[in-house]
Amino acid sequence: MTMNDKVKPTARAAASAPSPRRRFLKDAAGVAGGAGLLALGAGMYAKQASALPATAIRPPGALAEDDFLAACVRCGLCVRDCPYDTLKLAKLGDGVATGTPYFEARAIPCEMCEDIPCVVACPSGALDRGLTDIGKAKMGLAVLIDQENCLNFLGLRCDVCYRVCPVIDKAITLERMHNPRSDRHAMLLPTVHSEHCTGCGKCEKSCVLPGESAIKVLPIKLAQGSKAEHYLRGWEEKDAAGESLIGDQVELPVRGLEDKAYGDTRVAPGEGPQVPDYKPAQLPGGGLDSGWKP
Amino acid sequence: MNAQTAAGAKPERKVPPTSVRGAAMRGVAARPGHEAIETKGWLRAHKWLLLRRVSQLGILALFLVGPWFGWWIVKGNLSSSLTLGVLPLTDPFLVSQQLAAGQWPYREALIGGGIVLAFYLLVGGRLFCSWVCPVNLVTDAAAWLRRRLGLKGGKAPAGNTRHWLLGFVLVIAAVTGSLAWEWVNPVSMLHRGLIFGFGLAWGIVGGIFFYDLLIAPRGWCGHLCPQGAFYALLGRASLVKVSAAKRSACNDCMDCFAVCPEPQVIRPALKGVGQDHPLILDADCTTCGRCVDVCGKDVFRITTRFNRSES
Ligand code: SF4
Ligand code: SF4
Ligand code: SF4
Ligand code: SF4
Ligand code: SF4
Repeated sequence: MTMNDKVKPTARAAASAPSPRRRFLKDAAGVAGGAGLLALGAGMYAKQASALPATAIRPPGALAEDDFLAACVRCGLCVRDCPYDTLKLAKLGDGVATGTPYFEARAIPCEMCEDIPCVVACPSGALDRGLTDIGKAKMGLAVLIDQENCLNFLGLRCDVCYRVCPVIDKAITLERMHNPRSDRHAMLLPTVHSEHCTGCGKCEKSCVLPGESAIKVLPIKLAQGSKAEHYLRGWEEKDAAGESLIGDQVELPVRGLEDKAYGDTRVAPGEGPQVPDYKPAQLPGGGLDSGWKP
Repeated sequence: MNAQTAAGAKPERKVPPTSVRGAAMRGVAARPGHEAIETKGWLRAHKWLLLRRVSQLGILALFLVGPWFGWWIVKGNLSSSLTLGVLPLTDPFLVSQQLAAGQWPYREALIGGGIVLAFYLLVGGRLFCSWVCPVNLVTDAAAWLRRRLGLKGGKAPAGNTRHWLLGFVLVIAAVTGSLAWEWVNPVSMLHRGLIFGFGLAWGIVGGIFFYDLLIAPRGWCGHLCPQGAFYALLGRASLVKVSAAKRSACNDCMDCFAVCPEPQVIRPALKGVGQDHPLILDADCTTCGRCVDVCGKDVFRITTRFNRSES
């Protein structure tokens, strides 16, 4: 081929070499393809890695995660203006989008500053300045996730998570329950109410358990189920309408519980319908047995 | 010594023996810039390089004295910052990605982006690359080591890959609705890493160093970086330019080509290929001034785009 080229250089070259225009297009296609692949790789990496770990909580006022990832320019100004060093910027390998701010409640929770300096500092709109009352923040939602180890669920009075809550008695309450194990005590169960919980994580930080906390702040999407729209809550409908929608109900007496309030079916030993020749079983050597049987 | 090696050349056009061409003729490793050191002294032969390092490290120091010593002159990082509590500065490359992803930033980011945009439009686009960007320290080090080790060859992708990449970065932002490039962008990652902590980002920085050293000469800044391409676009009409004003004195030692991160921009000005004035108007020139430093004949100088004079 080179021989031929040498023999008739001009004619051969003109005939066999692709036109400069076609060469350019071919080169451009190759270059564009390479660049496209690189960008696509970055895009796919970003997409597949954009799920937040459950313990990573965004700062107050953060837009919904999708919008947040489009808006946050990863400058760290929110981090700098947080007086408690709560926030940090994700490093490559942290599992959170590189360079975006987050906090881990068990390490340092949000102290719910009244002036919300992190939101004020954000230049990009990733933290919404519409949030001016920190009590309205929705960083996440606390969930008492381990009922087997929570001391209050074991019947003790720990209450620490309840006491530290900045929105005490609204975001978290102690609900009194009968303790079926001892049968003679109450359990005061820490109970979080999504309407008021800001997700600050003070409760998770303070839980007295030695390692992992029994109460944890989770991203709201993880913490909450969707509402069963088809199920009408009779009591809410009743409140809204001012009266029961199905009229007054006939109250049928329950045999043996005639002297109790309607609907109260709790039975103490010796109460309720008695079986004539029933004797509580005696445990061998037992003196403290309350006789309660599950 | 000069007489032996440059035998045959015209007396006033002697090729210095340590220069790229002189060394090639003698078959030894070149020491580009060596002649300049001999004729101008070490300091003058490194003037712009030193000024550049002062600028790069000084800017970095401004960001670092906050977290290190609690002197909060500048908060944030190159992506967006607040100086002395009043002056917002934002990287217009980031604002563009944000807009492509469909988010409208707050006034601070828009004003900050506007200030930075205006500066580089006016003064010089890729000034960012050579006077501010921390990655330049890494790629310069790789290029220096490459020259010292005498590594030849390697294959760099086409120089306009970066323009395509810039386009795709914006497309990907629009398609995914997120700043996808910022997950991997080595430029913002290095600067942020130095200030806020690295994590695995060292890997990406090391990757660039070895890519430039072993695979593609000047591969990252010269061929791939979409951020550099973005700033080059801004610099198309900017004021500060390099001129090969004394090109008549050029002795073809080729040292400027050896040290220049974008060697293709020199020829039109120095050799009058496709233009008659001596100005380097190609927006890819980073105005680093290294060509000024290493030229023993003082061919180059930094001037404005309106100064077409020759001397
Ligand atoms: S509200 Fe205060 S403590 Fe909470 S993240 Fe913002 S600055 Fe930090
Ligand atoms: S200040 Fe705003 S843009 Fe900057 S890192 Fe924080 S959330 Fe992102
Ligand atoms: S996260 Fe815990 S401490 Fe904070 S508001 Fe919710 S329940 Fe209270
Ligand atoms: S602090 Fe922990 S152990 Fe104590 S009541 Fe709260 S969740 Fe349970
Ligand atoms: S031409 Fe000179 S100033 Fe421009 S990039 Fe090359 S060495 Fe630097």
